[in-house]
Amino acid sequence: MRDLRAGPGGFCQMKKTVNVVIAGLGGQGVIKASDILSEAAFRSGFEVKKSEIHGMSQRGGSVTSDVRFGPEVFSPMVPPGEADFLVVLAPDQVEVNRGQLRDGGVLIAPDLIDPAALSNRKSFNVALLGALSTHLEISEDNWQASLHAVLPEKLHAANEQAFAAGRRAAASKLQP
Amino acid sequence: MNLTDRQLLSGDSAIALAALHGGVALGTGYPGTPSTEILEYFSRIGGQAQWSPNEKVALEVGIGVAYAGARSLVTMKHVGLNVAADPFFSVAHTGVVGALVVVSADDPGMASSQNEQDNRRYAVAAAVPMLEPSDSQEAYDYTLAAIEISERWKIPVLLRVTTRICHTQAPVQPRAVLVPPKPHFEHDLRGRNLIPSNARPAHRRLRQKLSEMTEWSEATLLNQIISGDQQLGIITSGVCFMHAREAFPDASFLKLGFTHPLPMKKIAGFVRSVDRCVVIEEGDPYLADAIRAAGLMVESKPEMFRFGELNVDRVRRILARDHSPEPVRPPGKPPELCDGCGHHVVFQALKNLDCIVAGDIGCYALGVLPPYSAMDCCVCMGSSIPIGLGLRHVLPPAEARRVVSVIGDSTFVHSGMTGLAEMIYNPPPTGHVVVILDNSTTAMTGHQEHPGTGRSLAHAATGKVIYEDLGKALGIEDVRVFPLGKDCAEFQKMLVAALASEKLVLIIARRPCVLAAKSIREYEKCATCAPAPEVFVK
Repeated sequence: MRDLRAGPGGFCQMKKTVNVVIAGLGGQGVIKASDILSEAAFRSGFEVKKSEIHGMSQRGGSVTSDVRFGPEVFSPMVPPGEADFLVVLAPDQVEVNRGQLRDGGVLIAPDLIDPAALSNRKSFNVALLGALSTHLEISEDNWQASLHAVLPEKLHAANEQAFAAGRRAAASKLQP
Repeated sequence: MNLTDRQLLSGDSAIALAALHGGVALGTGYPGTPSTEILEYFSRIGGQAQWSPNEKVALEVGIGVAYAGARSLVTMKHVGLNVAADPFFSVAHTGVVGALVVVSADDPGMASSQNEQDNRRYAVAAAVPMLEPSDSQEAYDYTLAAIEISERWKIPVLLRVTTRICHTQAPVQPRAVLVPPKPHFEHDLRGRNLIPSNARPAHRRLRQKLSEMTEWSEATLLNQIISGDQQLGIITSGVCFMHAREAFPDASFLKLGFTHPLPMKKIAGFVRSVDRCVVIEEGDPYLADAIRAAGLMVESKPEMFRFGELNVDRVRRILARDHSPEPVRPPGKPPELCDGCGHHVVFQALKNLDCIVAGDIGCYALGVLPPYSAMDCCVCMGSSIPIGLGLRHVLPPAEARRVVSVIGDSTFVHSGMTGLAEMIYNPPPTGHVVVILDNSTTAMTGHQEHPGTGRSLAHAATGKVIYEDLGKALGIEDVRVFPLGKDCAEFQKMLVAALASEKLVLIIARRPCVLAAKSIREYEKCATCAPAPEVFVK
């Protein structure tokens, strides 16, 4: 049995847990986006917990997924008002979830990306991850490896394009 | 991915991987959030897994596996254990030869359940040992421990998990595999035939096992003390350990993983070693009541925290004795019936006719929400038919004639058939109308197969229950199959006629779930195309 008295398991330089909440509606790819983020963080050597409620929410209702990573993660849920990043896929879910964000936290809102500019609109979730990636200590290689591990091969090209589009959109917003 | 690598897994997948590494010969269960993914993943990685018609049957199949000396995993959501309670209590008395691990996935906060029961009570009531993991790694480790405990004491073990354990992904480091025993049968007429003369000594044997396990629980690493600040001690289990450790990293902890029978000497020592001792647990005050009953003074949460999940913030409030109203999160968008779902037509007709609708558990429970608001009750699996009959028996005829029972296909197979037998046996004077909403899948839990689809858990062709044949065989004179389109008028016309006939009528309203239809067509194209396991490295 694991000895709970042992110290942190991760080997990253980061001192603090990073808290990300991804929100949207059932069918938008909220959970897929959180799968990709948590896999990328895991590949970067962080301890990771990813938690969401699914079930009834599959039927078009609100969905949120919490991803936490760092040297050590205890609770799987981002405590209310402690999210460093809030990524929202549906315009009407921004206000519902804004309270999750800490003071000074970063909102990545759906209006950052024009879905029409993507080669596949269904990659909108990954485009927003691209925008999020500009804020995180996760290498481009680990993002790519995660996209490839989580998504089927036929979707790789469209999602790589969407991810890059999200990175560009975030960069241009940071440096107008 | 190699199955021996450290990997990110949900608690459900971690249980499945441990079942594979633990040599489980057969996994059985009935789908139910948040437990469903355990058997699906077990099958995907090469385990032998089956959906049963309901949880009672699943457990009974599992008992047979364990009587044969093999290892068995039986999965269900919390309310599933109500259905399986009868064999659960009795198999505790008979004991097992191989391993029998029963997974109960509780849903504090009721993300997708009809009640908030705390199944830790079942371990006490049935007198079986219980394990409660606090994350995916422990879900893996404790499943293996449950197999070992079950075989050592020849007793079923309850692995009690919650939504946040099942649906949280976290790293898991697999460990060495357990060599599975070879199944064999040995007669044990006195041990396994629970006639009173055998059951009396069986109960004594069961209590003796519990007494031995109590001693064992004092020493096992499943129950760990983490020494910290002497001023604050926290006794906790399951995911609450994680919330509490985050909220109070410097406190002393007694983290209980083996939560029945409880290590009361260890608990007493811990309580005495700290200035203030607080029990942090979700749901019922199971630990707090037991510890206080043993004469130990511990603080427990106030009643307001019995409801819903705990989290870091709520744990802080409990420790701060802050009983002020909690902030309410703005409501999100509720779920709704999908565009093109066949249930729209049925609920439109029921609403138009102002029917009294006894409903059931499934996607169609969304018929209670606007725009239809056309369901009058939804209690438990299979209840629609008997409750509809009860209403018919006593309501004045004008109202009785408007009563309709609606039940999904998977729910019908689960526990609707006995309702039909009741209808034949005790028919109401005004007759009755039962509508099976047949969308050809277990939709709400994520499109699992069931005996009415004619496909196995892994979607391979197998035997199929035909509802219309079953209804006729039971003696229902008027059995109709109605293929649902988009137009409500035809269905409504038929429903009016069925209600006016004052006979017993079974209507099978059929249209495959719009989300599952494409997959169903593909499964049907290659009737024997069970997908090969994706990864299988033992």
